[in-house]
Amino acid sequence: MSDAAAPELPLAPPRLPALPAWLRARPELALTPLVCLVVLACWQAVVRLGLVSQYVLPAPSDILLALAAGIGSGLFLQHGLVTLAEAATGFGIAVCAGLVVGTLVAEVRLLERAVYPYLVMLQTMPKIALAPLLVVWFGFGASSKMAVAALIAFFPMLVTTIAGMRATDQGRLDVLRALGAGPFRRFALAKLPDALPHIFSGLSIAVVFCMTGAIVGEFVGASAGLGYLIVQANARMNIPQVFAVLLVLGCIGVAGYALVQGLRRRLLFWEPKQEMSRK
Amino acid sequence: MIAPDAPRAQPEGLHRPHDTSPLIAVRELSKVYPTAKGERVQALSRISLDIAQGEFVSLVGPSGCGKTTVLRILAGLIADYTGNVSVSGKALHGPSREVGVVFQDANLMPWRTALANVLLPAEVLGLNRQAARARAQELLAMVGLEGFERKLPGELSGGMRQRVAIARALIHDPAVLLLDEPFGALDAMTRDTMNVELAAIAARSKKTVFLITHSIAEAVFLSDRVLVMSSRPGRIVEVIPVQLPKPRGLDIIADPHFAATVLRIRRLLDGDAASGLPSIAH
Repeated sequence: MSDAAAPELPLAPPRLPALPAWLRARPELALTPLVCLVVLACWQAVVRLGLVSQYVLPAPSDILLALAAGIGSGLFLQHGLVTLAEAATGFGIAVCAGLVVGTLVAEVRLLERAVYPYLVMLQTMPKIALAPLLVVWFGFGASSKMAVAALIAFFPMLVTTIAGMRATDQGRLDVLRALGAGPFRRFALAKLPDALPHIFSGLSIAVVFCMTGAIVGEFVGASAGLGYLIVQANARMNIPQVFAVLLVLGCIGVAGYALVQGLRRRLLFWEPKQEMSRK
Repeated sequence: MIAPDAPRAQPEGLHRPHDTSPLIAVRELSKVYPTAKGERVQALSRISLDIAQGEFVSLVGPSGCGKTTVLRILAGLIADYTGNVSVSGKALHGPSREVGVVFQDANLMPWRTALANVLLPAEVLGLNRQAARARAQELLAMVGLEGFERKLPGELSGGMRQRVAIARALIHDPAVLLLDEPFGALDAMTRDTMNVELAAIAARSKKTVFLITHSIAEAVFLSDRVLVMSSRPGRIVEVIPVQLPKPRGLDIIADPHFAATVLRIRRLLDGDAASGLPSIAH
């Protein structure tokens, strides 16, 4: 690195222009959009050069046009709200049921012995396979989609709630026991807050799963919703619209996940600052 | 803290606690644990001990001798024992308000601030909120944590967390403070400092203190009496009075009586294998 050594390196790499500080600290802020732009450009080129049929893989520009049309006409909003309502209701049911059943299974030894084998059995079964049956039971309206969403999102909630309730710090429970605190006090003051990191892992899985459930329910049989829209567009070979709906679904998924993470940061302010850290 | 009719007498530094009836009385206490294989392990065998009002008593013994079992029984965390245990003249069945416990780990709720942690027993016991709040502030100041009220446990050092735990154990003004190796997880330097502070806290709050430890020096430094336990089955083999004036500073380690007491306990614990060299901290 000394000056004396410099002449012996005639091919010294040219100095790059100094990058702004924010970019040097977090290069991903520039790299992530760059990756996206490169992929989109390649995609557009491949399709426009005719290397892939437009019917199979529409160009990004066509997808954007379909997206704009879908949003502009209000079609996506109308069907999106249907799916969102189904998924949100299913999520709510799954969260409540998962928390209650999970707590009971973790706390009541007899109940655990009685139902745990069945829960494991159900857990290993692909719940999506039940979707046709649920449509028969609950009809072609929104309730069957809520049922599928709730069923799929229930298990991650259940499993993480049980794990969370079992992870309670015994020392903290001893503090409360020594004060004569009863089971409900111990639950509210130690067990539930101690289980929150686990429960939030369950929530972030469930919030994604409930969208999957709603869409699958709509695939099986529906007259509205984004899943219905995909099936319709697919049948009409309107592939750009299929991609456009996928984009909308992706945005809803990200929004749901962000909502859960935001809530986690508020409620788990005491957790060591590590993204998705688990004890 | 002290019954109105109790002779609240002696001049500072002169402890003669046996003048009053014992605050804690344990008679013929035995405890058997069933093991996984169906055997029965005698953890405690016919332990009797008295602790007088205002006294500082330590229980030392090797690991696994059952000293923590004694503390857990006094804390009301173990109910299936045989024998009689009473606190303030009342037979002990389960947790008692007369007892405040500090465990080996601080066991603070990480989602509560230092102040809210100290207030936890007040909430559970349904004490007057405002009075408890004022008292919690005082206690935090007494343990040297003034200005740290709003900090979360994660922002405090190990020693500070244990100070919060001590303040928490005192918030409901119990007659007895039980300490189960409270500084076992701390480094030697912090531990010395905490022991000096604990002596001061015990003197200032005028609490009866029962300390479980495996550090002989710690026990001698802090106590009026040291109970020596042996294991299998756990029993008290000797009661050693510590005749050193209080308050004591760390320089008391150089006192020949201190060294002699430490050595005497060490010999009791080690039997013939006594090295003859008192360990400083542990």
